[in-house]
Amino acid sequence: MATIRTEPVTINLGPQHPSTHGVFRLRVTFDGEKIVDLEPVFGYLHRGTEKLAESRNYVQIVTLTDRMDYVASMSNNLAYVRTVEKLSDIKVPERAQYIRVISVELQRIASHLMATGFLLNDLGALATPLVYCFRERERILDLFEMLCGARITLSYMRPGGVFQDAPEEFWGSLNTLISDFPSYLDELESLITTNEIVLARTIGVGLLSDAQAIDSGVTGPMLRASSVKWDLRKANPYEIYDRVNFDVPIGSSGDTYDRYYVRLQEMRESIKIISQCIEQIEPGPVRTETPFFIRPPIGEAYSSVEGPKGELGFYMVSDGGISPYRFKVRAPSFINLTPLRDMITGWKMGDLIIILGSIDIVLGEVDR
Amino acid sequence: MYGLGLFKGLGVTMKNLVSPSRQFNIVQYPNRRASPFDLAKVDNQNPVSFIATHPLKTLRSLLGLETITDRMPQHANFRGEEFAWYDRRCTGCASCAKYCPLGIIKIVTGTSGVNQQEGQSYDIDVFDIDIGRCMFCGLCVEACPYDALHMGSGFEEGKYRRSDLVINIDQLKSAEKKPSTWFRPQLTSRGHDPIKGSTADWEEVGRHEKPSLEDQSERWAKR
Repeated sequence: MATIRTEPVTINLGPQHPSTHGVFRLRVTFDGEKIVDLEPVFGYLHRGTEKLAESRNYVQIVTLTDRMDYVASMSNNLAYVRTVEKLSDIKVPERAQYIRVISVELQRIASHLMATGFLLNDLGALATPLVYCFRERERILDLFEMLCGARITLSYMRPGGVFQDAPEEFWGSLNTLISDFPSYLDELESLITTNEIVLARTIGVGLLSDAQAIDSGVTGPMLRASSVKWDLRKANPYEIYDRVNFDVPIGSSGDTYDRYYVRLQEMRESIKIISQCIEQIEPGPVRTETPFFIRPPIGEAYSSVEGPKGELGFYMVSDGGISPYRFKVRAPSFINLTPLRDMITGWKMGDLIIILGSIDIVLGEVDR
Repeated sequence: MYGLGLFKGLGVTMKNLVSPSRQFNIVQYPNRRASPFDLAKVDNQNPVSFIATHPLKTLRSLLGLETITDRMPQHANFRGEEFAWYDRRCTGCASCAKYCPLGIIKIVTGTSGVNQQEGQSYDIDVFDIDIGRCMFCGLCVEACPYDALHMGSGFEEGKYRRSDLVINIDQLKSAEKKPSTWFRPQLTSRGHDPIKGSTADWEEVGRHEKPSLEDQSERWAKR
């Protein structure tokens, strides 16, 4: 029988596609059902944050950083204000550092819950696990509302501390949350971790070797899933991370399942960090008085924190004025997308969606 | 064993269905059909006396005609709309306009023919806040040196035109003053809660002295 002549088909996935987690476009070339080539196209959500920041002063930029990674605003705030503090040599009171770490770890849990929920949504477990994840996330957002009056776009941190101390009722709610949370995670795990469908769909899918991950500059849970033990909280302890005990969970093979499982374990570690912070925190001021128009000395600074998605860094050049001369963001979601092609090529359409889902991108941060 | 995951999943779903602590907190926004029990709870009565005293309302609610407003529990710190602005406190210094990252506060001041002296305030002719572009970051409130501007607690101000979203000075003056406690610790310590509907007049919103360190450790370090 004569063979049928076939040719590869190029399909545009997105930009308006629910499983691309935003306005992200993938130009995928299929040979039958197999992916032979892939080209990501982004920039649909570009808002020029870096340029906008050059016309705002150092306190006003905090509101811009909220809108980059909008599921983890707190981490963005922290990374930004730390850079300003480094640039202009501002000391932060101890209580403020503890409150910052507590809020950032809460944000990490919220972000990982969202990543896990959407990964399962992509796997075809429509809505049920996602809604469970969102319910727990909602409690964290309620805490943020107590802390700073907003749920998503927080603008909580300021150069020199946080703008306001936590209200009294915050501590009670936080205690109930962290005592309830391990059981939530157990429940979530009982749904997912040993489920045959999840195992069949994720184990061995979208492999990223450790060498490849390091070469691509991948950071965060994705790097740790590829069995590289690298966490900025351990490697370069900022704030008060050197005073708390926690483990850095790593995966074994770097597949989609490992990326899910590392996130789940990181949530447990975050709870450990928060409970230690609650024990150690002491009363005191939460903000060093800084002028609204901060004028850092001429120079440059780069500072990075371990955000929920990876190393989130800010690079700023000051010309001595009230706004930065140059403002650059090292966005982890953007850099984590670099090995996308190698990871996806050879897999099928359904796997593409879950591999992309397991990277946990936020397009607000990819495009900025 | 194959199929075990299915039963485990159904078990988790069942647990979430029956366990009262694990149920979803669904808010039937904006209104919810109320049973006689709900109405009695709103009126702070016991259900039996409510049914005895309000037979018509009971009948209507059984027919599904009575609704009550259902609202998400909000914290008093919530940064929202309906800015509370106190014209008695405002001097027209325009700090808020300078702090605003988007430049949406427009202030025009004049002396109205009176010679201004130090310590006196300007006459404010225009005070526009374009909340259609506002992102409720609260920097204007943080900036205000006289505690004249406060965030509100509302979030449901839908309008038909963008131009209607600009709050002008007359609206700000006549609005009910329900300031949010965000960045205003003096309101927190007074037990002010805008969500419960408490209002504050211009004399009450002033800043008190900064709390001493002992005071802080006594009140704020509770956990």
